[in-house]
Amino acid sequence: MTYRDDIRFILNGREVSARDVGASRTLLDFLRLERRLTGTKEGCAEGDCGACTVLVGRLTEAGLIYAPVNACIRFLASVDGCHVVTVEHVSGPEGALHPVQQAMIDFHGSQCGFCTPGFVMSLYALWMQTPEPTEAQVETALQGNLCRCTGYAPIIRAAVAVSRYGTPAADHLTAEREAMTARLRALRDGRRVVTGPDDNLAILPADVDDLAQCLVETPGATIVAGATDVGLWVTKFLRPIGPAIFTGHLEALKTVAREADHLLIGAGASYTDCQSLLSQHLPHLAPYWDRIAGWQVRNMGTVGGNIANGSPIGDTPPVLIALGAEITLRHGSERRTLPLERFFLDYGKQDRAAGEFVESIRIPLPGASDRNAAYKISKRRDEDISTVAAGLSVTVERGRITRARLAFGGMAATPKRAAQAEAALIGQPWAHATFEAAAEALAEDFSPLSDWRGSAGYRMLSAQNLLRRFFLEQDADTTAPAQLATA
Amino acid sequence: MKDTLTITGAAHSDHNHDSAVKHVTGRANYTDDIAMPEGTLHAYLGVSHVAHATLHGLDLSEVLAVPGVVGVLTAADVPGVNDISPTGRNDEPVFPTDRIQFHGQPLFAVVAETRDIARRAAERACIDCTPLPHALDPVAAQEAGYPHVTAPLKLERGDLDAGLAAAKNRIKGRITVGGQDHMYLEGHIAFAIPGEDDDVIVHCSTQHPSEAQHMVAHVLGVPSNAVVVNVRRMGGGFGGKESQMNLFAAVAAMAAKKWGQAVKIRPDRDQDMTATGKRHDFVIDYEVGFDDTGRIEAVGGTFAARCGFSSDLSGPVTDRALFHADNAYFYPNVRLTSRPMKTNTVSNTAFRGFGGPQGVVAAERMIEEIAYATGQDPLDVRKANFYGNEGRDLTPYHQQVEDNILDRLVSELEESADYRARRTEILAYNAGSPVLKKGIALTPVKFGISFTATWYNQAGALVHVYNDGSIHLNHGGTEMGQGLNTKVAQVVAEAFQVDFERIKITKTTTEKVPNTSATAASSGTDLNGMAALNAVEQIKARLVEFACDRWAVPPGAVRFEANRVLIGDEVLSFDAFIRQAYLARVQLSAAGFYKTPKIHWDRDKGQGRPFYYYAYGAACSEVTIDTLTGEYRVERTDILHDVGRSLNPALDKGQVEGAFIQGMGWLTTEELWWDDAGRLRTHAPSTYKIPLASDRPRVFNVNLADWSENRELTIKRSKAVGEPPFMLGISVFEALSMAVASVADYRECPRLDAPATPERVLMAVDRLRRGAA
Repeated sequence: MTYRDDIRFILNGREVSARDVGASRTLLDFLRLERRLTGTKEGCAEGDCGACTVLVGRLTEAGLIYAPVNACIRFLASVDGCHVVTVEHVSGPEGALHPVQQAMIDFHGSQCGFCTPGFVMSLYALWMQTPEPTEAQVETALQGNLCRCTGYAPIIRAAVAVSRYGTPAADHLTAEREAMTARLRALRDGRRVVTGPDDNLAILPADVDDLAQCLVETPGATIVAGATDVGLWVTKFLRPIGPAIFTGHLEALKTVAREADHLLIGAGASYTDCQSLLSQHLPHLAPYWDRIAGWQVRNMGTVGGNIANGSPIGDTPPVLIALGAEITLRHGSERRTLPLERFFLDYGKQDRAAGEFVESIRIPLPGASDRNAAYKISKRRDEDISTVAAGLSVTVERGRITRARLAFGGMAATPKRAAQAEAALIGQPWAHATFEAAAEALAEDFSPLSDWRGSAGYRMLSAQNLLRRFFLEQDADTTAPAQLATA
Repeated sequence: MKDTLTITGAAHSDHNHDSAVKHVTGRANYTDDIAMPEGTLHAYLGVSHVAHATLHGLDLSEVLAVPGVVGVLTAADVPGVNDISPTGRNDEPVFPTDRIQFHGQPLFAVVAETRDIARRAAERACIDCTPLPHALDPVAAQEAGYPHVTAPLKLERGDLDAGLAAAKNRIKGRITVGGQDHMYLEGHIAFAIPGEDDDVIVHCSTQHPSEAQHMVAHVLGVPSNAVVVNVRRMGGGFGGKESQMNLFAAVAAMAAKKWGQAVKIRPDRDQDMTATGKRHDFVIDYEVGFDDTGRIEAVGGTFAARCGFSSDLSGPVTDRALFHADNAYFYPNVRLTSRPMKTNTVSNTAFRGFGGPQGVVAAERMIEEIAYATGQDPLDVRKANFYGNEGRDLTPYHQQVEDNILDRLVSELEESADYRARRTEILAYNAGSPVLKKGIALTPVKFGISFTATWYNQAGALVHVYNDGSIHLNHGGTEMGQGLNTKVAQVVAEAFQVDFERIKITKTTTEKVPNTSATAASSGTDLNGMAALNAVEQIKARLVEFACDRWAVPPGAVRFEANRVLIGDEVLSFDAFIRQAYLARVQLSAAGFYKTPKIHWDRDKGQGRPFYYYAYGAACSEVTIDTLTGEYRVERTDILHDVGRSLNPALDKGQVEGAFIQGMGWLTTEELWWDDAGRLRTHAPSTYKIPLASDRPRVFNVNLADWSENRELTIKRSKAVGEPPFMLGISVFEALSMAVASVADYRECPRLDAPATPERVLMAVDRLRRGAA
């Protein structure tokens, strides 16, 4: 079968066929520089400010789903087969203002206006999914949108009032859903896509087996899933990434399911894709999950990528290690499974051979005697990188701790278990003194760094205090709240 | 003719921002959205990678070898004067020639066919330099014997030493107050199009088109009349585009003239944050003497600021810190001194409040010290020290406070926020809550309005009425989101009695109004609104004269009312009337002008009336902290703010809300962090954390003091609003402090430094607990 050499997608109303799309070409540059769609802005080029927010609609098993994403770090090649919606396409065909736009005007939701198109896009996506949101839901939806002028209050007022201006049923994306689904289906030809110049090649495998094959053929290729980190390699560090193998279009890599005594998360599942399953079976992760980046990044970034990337400050490894997660790596048709903590060898070094890729994550479901917590400390509560992250899991039987898995991020060169602190817990009674001893022991486990996110002293003291918080929260005799309530 | 008896967009109405529809549809054009002429080139800056060094030379051969690179610009290519110092001190080169003065300092520019090529090529320079020792902060700079970047200021009244000696209680302390990045969503950008002869047009995101014009002329070595600077709108400014655009405008213009093609320069966010200035950090040493009731008797303070390598606006910024070191309080004996320190960091600049907020923080710290020392509610200490009647109404700069409304304003807020009862509840809550602790604080602000550089307090406007009755409005102010254009258009609509929509708001350009001042110091509406009104009144006077002549009526019989003109018994539509005036050869265009009265300032003596009037406000904030991690949340904020008789309450409220959040961010999560090599490591939103929607207070009640009216003859008796409410964020800082103090039973002032990050809160909790144990 011959390869396809163009990227095909629908931009607003029109089909686009883009040839010679280099791996590192961003969607934002394509929109602004080639299509002169200047409503989408560049604010930071790192997926933090949301001024570049666009909607990407993709066909899933559940149908056509639109999600807000950051066009600045989204690669053009990755929108193959998708519907890209920019702010220019939000108003009705006759130019009538959209309910979100009218509400933003009426509530004085814009001042300088530069962030406004991005806010409009995030609120548009929220309204499609939750027409009558609470303030808390609005805040969560806007974690990835910065405004420096308004202080947000008028934007929130507008967002909770949008439903008074119109319902999603009357929206043109809703009206065109079936037709758009058909148009997107028609773009699919089941072929591998290979495009771009030789030194910046973009490869979109036809399916997961083809992904394995592509990696065997090009073992040194950069694997691009959500691009929420690789995007910055390009926009911030000007690093070449070609040849790059894209995986974001592989729906089979995004499956999430409960299987008997564990959860199976496809490595390509975004944070959003696995949110509801995780919240259902591991409720302690629900508030934690909302604190991973902003909505746009959660719609793009994958759990597999968060792991494979090997960062010492990734949000998911500590909490998954504490739960005893395992990962399966694949090379060609060969697979191997290992405990997640063994994947992280050293700073920037993971146990992944050339040509191998993370295929899935297996998370055992806790037993009845297990107590679990997931904690994150960051300078700003939302959309921040953790200063310290902790996954804490212990089994308590007849008043005694029989098993402990305490994993921390931000405390060492890799996400790492606290062996001394675990030892201080195991075999000991569930008691304040036990956790004081574990907190003391934690100082033996880690020698954290000082940087702009926190000093070594703060990291250590707050990590120790997270053990104390864990005891207070899980202890039946303690009633006073031990942390700030989540929204 | 319209039947309605009122106009849209009258003064004092809640008219929408004039660009609101364009904002929400993405059709508002910013500089980067302007269609580019064919062949437009792109420039990018190459920067230093050391904080301080002797510069021997640049080897740019590798840069020039990159395909698509058209050329480079270095100091040697500057045709005029290699200086962009806004105060003419000649201490800020476009590109340095012999010394690198901070990490990230622009050393040259690459010009290429695309921005991407230019950006990549800029990395390939070989910089020949010998590193020198560096000093990054004002304390290190003083220890290293670094000079002041500009002359310090001393404000003195009474006898400090005698006052302190006589005071029953004295406290000495130090507070470090961090800087702040502007984090305007639209970064710096300039786009230059060469013209014939010396001419060049520069589209630029700037709060100060006239300065950009003068700097471009200065750097090009051409008269100002050869340079046009245009700005329709900015995506935020906050002071960051008052002088910092000079570099970009100059580079774009130089390149455009050198290659004869349009040139755009837009740094990425990281370069924007590292290569342009920020709010000044301060280290403030204070000593306060007070009596047993908490009444202040004497205050001494030294305000050392991290100014960076050049003076930029550090002189007036550090001056304004001293002007506001009293906040709302009378100091019977006082001596305040500034130390504008040179440091090997980017040159700090204007930022909303312009040094004032740092001064206010120092004042509030002294109030806190007194409250903890005397065991009082800090609000009682505040009230006991407010400016009062004769004998207690002189500022440290000898201006009489004539318009103080804080007694009423604070009392009203105290009541509406239920401050006393909530404080009692919080004290009880803290006693029973081991981990979570709450704090509450009600803080006032008094902010002086006018540029302290007196000559800046002037403005011009240009109003045309076309013969179809449509109106063209232009003035010297710039729109950065604050709604200045909307308010000025309201003034014009009101004066002509025509609908707002009849008025076309046009880009700010140095071609129409010359020699303008920066849109800064909260003065935009005060100055430009008056200038526009002056233009309208000139045209109206001619129209009235014409009507009297034509219809043979006395002037009193000519009235402009709701899109009509009433002349005796005749009623004409505005359009028809204008048409008649045109045919009668009435001049339908006028240049307006305004200068602020009453103000004067003798800096050498430290005496005068630098401010036309004061704006006031107060905020009450409640927070909860987690004493295990230092994390916190703002539970509730109530604000009562004075904007005089508001020209547009909706826009003014937006300014108040936004300023509060920005002020809160400054004092909480926004931390600038340099490593030992002098490299700023918090240089993009991934590392520099401004507030998010979820950081705003859980309950947020914002009101304007609608009973207030400016006692001075300002535009429609309104007051400036841009900067004063920024300082309302201090209430959050003070509330955090109270929550921390609870762990040592409120016996010790926690002496939090700013920003009070979760780390600083936890470490202060830890320190106080150890001290109390």
